[in-house]
Amino acid sequence: MSDIETFEFSEADKARCDEIVARYPEGRQQSGVIPLLDLAQRACGGWLPTAAIEHVADRLDMPNIRVLEVASFYSMFNLKPVGKNFVQLCRTTPCWLCGSDDLRQVAAEVTGCGLGETSGDGVFTVVEVECLGACCNAPMVQINDDYYEDLTADNFRTVLEALKRGETPDVGSQTGRTGSEPADGLTSLTGLGAD
Amino acid sequence: MPKVTVDGTEIEVPAGITVLQACEMAGTEIPRFCYHERLSIAGNCRMCLVEVSPGPPKPAASCALPVGEGMEIKTDTEMVRKARNGVMEFLLINHPLDCPICDQGGECDLQDQAMAYGFDHSRFEENKRAVKDKYMGPLVKTIMTRCIHCTRCVRFATEIAGVPELGMLGRGEHAEITTYLEKSLESELSANVIDLCPVGALTSKPYAFVSRPWELVTTESIDVMDALGSAIRVDSRQTEVLRVLPRLNEDVNEEWIADKSRYAVDGLARQRLDRPYLRVDGKLREASWQEAFAAIGERVKETKGERIAAIAGDQCDAEAMIALKDLMGALGSANIDCRQDGAKLPTTPRAGYLLNSTIAGLETVDAVLLVGTNLRWEAPLINTRLRKAWLQGDMRAAAIGPDVDLTYPVENLGTGPDTLAAVADGSNAFADVLKIAERAAIIVGMGALARPDGASILAAARTIADNCGMVQDDWNGFNVLHTAASRVGALDLGFVPGAGGRDVENILAGAIAGDIDVVYLLAADEFDTTRLGNAFVIYQGHHGDAGAHRADVILPGSAYTEKNGTYVNTEGRVQLARQAAQPPGDAREDWAIVRALSDVIGGGLNFNTLGDVRSRLVEVNPLFDQVGEAVPAQWAPFGEPGPMSSEILASPVSNYYMTCPISRASETMAECSREFVRNDGARTGTDG
Repeated sequence: MSDIETFEFSEADKARCDEIVARYPEGRQQSGVIPLLDLAQRACGGWLPTAAIEHVADRLDMPNIRVLEVASFYSMFNLKPVGKNFVQLCRTTPCWLCGSDDLRQVAAEVTGCGLGETSGDGVFTVVEVECLGACCNAPMVQINDDYYEDLTADNFRTVLEALKRGETPDVGSQTGRTGSEPADGLTSLTGLGAD
Repeated sequence: MPKVTVDGTEIEVPAGITVLQACEMAGTEIPRFCYHERLSIAGNCRMCLVEVSPGPPKPAASCALPVGEGMEIKTDTEMVRKARNGVMEFLLINHPLDCPICDQGGECDLQDQAMAYGFDHSRFEENKRAVKDKYMGPLVKTIMTRCIHCTRCVRFATEIAGVPELGMLGRGEHAEITTYLEKSLESELSANVIDLCPVGALTSKPYAFVSRPWELVTTESIDVMDALGSAIRVDSRQTEVLRVLPRLNEDVNEEWIADKSRYAVDGLARQRLDRPYLRVDGKLREASWQEAFAAIGERVKETKGERIAAIAGDQCDAEAMIALKDLMGALGSANIDCRQDGAKLPTTPRAGYLLNSTIAGLETVDAVLLVGTNLRWEAPLINTRLRKAWLQGDMRAAAIGPDVDLTYPVENLGTGPDTLAAVADGSNAFADVLKIAERAAIIVGMGALARPDGASILAAARTIADNCGMVQDDWNGFNVLHTAASRVGALDLGFVPGAGGRDVENILAGAIAGDIDVVYLLAADEFDTTRLGNAFVIYQGHHGDAGAHRADVILPGSAYTEKNGTYVNTEGRVQLARQAAQPPGDAREDWAIVRALSDVIGGGLNFNTLGDVRSRLVEVNPLFDQVGEAVPAQWAPFGEPGPMSSEILASPVSNYYMTCPISRASETMAECSREFVRNDGARTGTDG
């Protein structure tokens, strides 16, 4: 962990903290540790420096180690700095069968990062993760809070290059299908509503 | 009371206990790693699996399952055996099996249970994981690859020690036990995690690679590093004491001991007085016993009794003190005192100088007032009792004196005797808390008594006890917390000034003024020895500390591990320490030295065996016959109300790790002082 900064919630986040803590009964404010860590991680650019962990511990009157235990338990919390775009490649069986290896190749080409690395310009961090629960639209990646689905080497390259230019590509399916409906159009209930 | 059947035997067990406890009561041992009767239940090692019906047809973790009426528990079925074998196989997957180089070898739960439940080979063909060792301070050595994640250490630190600095980071295969940012575990009880660790992940740093358990001779004894008299076992090899471990004594130390009790013993091998010395022309030279005795005899014979004085130290056994007391009596001196710190302790009644609530009793208090004491440094295990009272109930604690973190909330009322007076006259709000409480207590430390106005402070404390209803039929909440292991014993046998005798303060004043010519120091080092003036100083003790440096004759005595001694702890419990090793060189048992000297100087002592000395002790005070018991003391008038100064009430202990000649000679304690007390030298997690 790098220990370089002091951490303090912004005024807006402080209000949000109060709101979160107020959800729990008196004396049980520790239950708010995960949402508070999430707030802190967002405020710190996607990771939790020691100062942020200690600030959350102070805010909830918890020992530092208890907060660090939570932060280190959940893979959604990063204890090391990450790039502006935190790319999580799904590698579990459905995505793998549908070509996640190609995506890893593309990610390496476009971002210059191997797995677990952050690009020199701080734009990308690429990691491999287990199933993110969007197998119907395999292969997929999660970049920050958004899912990019139905990827191929080509359209994933387009997404990453757009992000590299600082643009905001459309999230969700990259082949234009809605949600998880069949890739080749509806196959059942097609007559419904024709009467 | 539910009835359960354990392996076919029906027994009745208290409601609310666990299946594991029920099996223990039925006499069936259940293997376990994470379960510990003094810690919360974790249920994460799964070694304690048993078959329970009615219930789902699968093994159940007995440590976390409450008993139910009519439960049938089977601990020795094929299913149970297979399940435990499976658990053991999983535990051993990532365990390095480096028993030949592991300090836990021979006293390792995992080793023992693998003998019962392990396979002879592993079916795991992948790589074992390896974990980086963590820094936990100068006492606890870590080999984290051996850890099986029972989390006993984490629970001990959080629950008993009250320092939530240990935790388990990561998860699954990547889980690791560590202190926060790898700082040292800042507790006076830290080394107890070594005893708790069921494997060799946390071992003793000072004892690393020193010995194997089967090479050691174990002696059951009593600790003298504080006034609790914790039950210890002293492990020695030939002449050397190698380590000290706690023994179970529910009334005193449960099964913990403080770090100083455990680790100061390396001081027993350093700076020892192993032969008599004589000061000739201003320099100490080696001498024989005959020469030393002759020099004393010559000096004493020409000195009148009233010009002779004796001071007993903080770690003396009662046998040595009664011998010296009788000798001084024979020489016609009433100038004897055991209160070398000048504590204004009453010599009678006994209730005026005891921890009357008893150590175990303190965990039932609901309000407590601490006066001039830092419990964490003066009696760490009394502090854990109060912490337990706070955890179990709604104990309210307040302190007058040092404002320190005692691991539970303590309201600091003030620092001086004026606050004490305010509580005594009821004008401080905390007096009402004490009055309402069913079991209120006051603990007066030596910091409050070892000062010129100590007697007035004691009287004020007594007033509080009386006014707040602390003394009832079955409860006495008035407590004096001693820091010296010998003090209560000395007061019980009357090692205090006789009629017209001088106390420590007057002995020292007399020495300066030339009214006292001979001072006999029985291992007394904890006072300003420059105040001995031109007196002829006889020092009988075991370490070359302050007293020996000033002495004119040194008589080498024994440390607490080298003699059979009687000690009375702060609650008045008579306990026997046993000899675990021989005193070094020419050193002798202390009472025997005094006995031998008596022949030379005509003291007329007539006891010849340890049994004789102990009979003499019982003759002086029958309480010495009640070994092991804390006999309640009668509540009787004591204390002299008087003016109190405005000086703040400070703890007498300025460095927990160095309070006696033994701990001052200990390298381990020196390292602890550097790490925890002085905080010089910025350490990082990579050291050690």
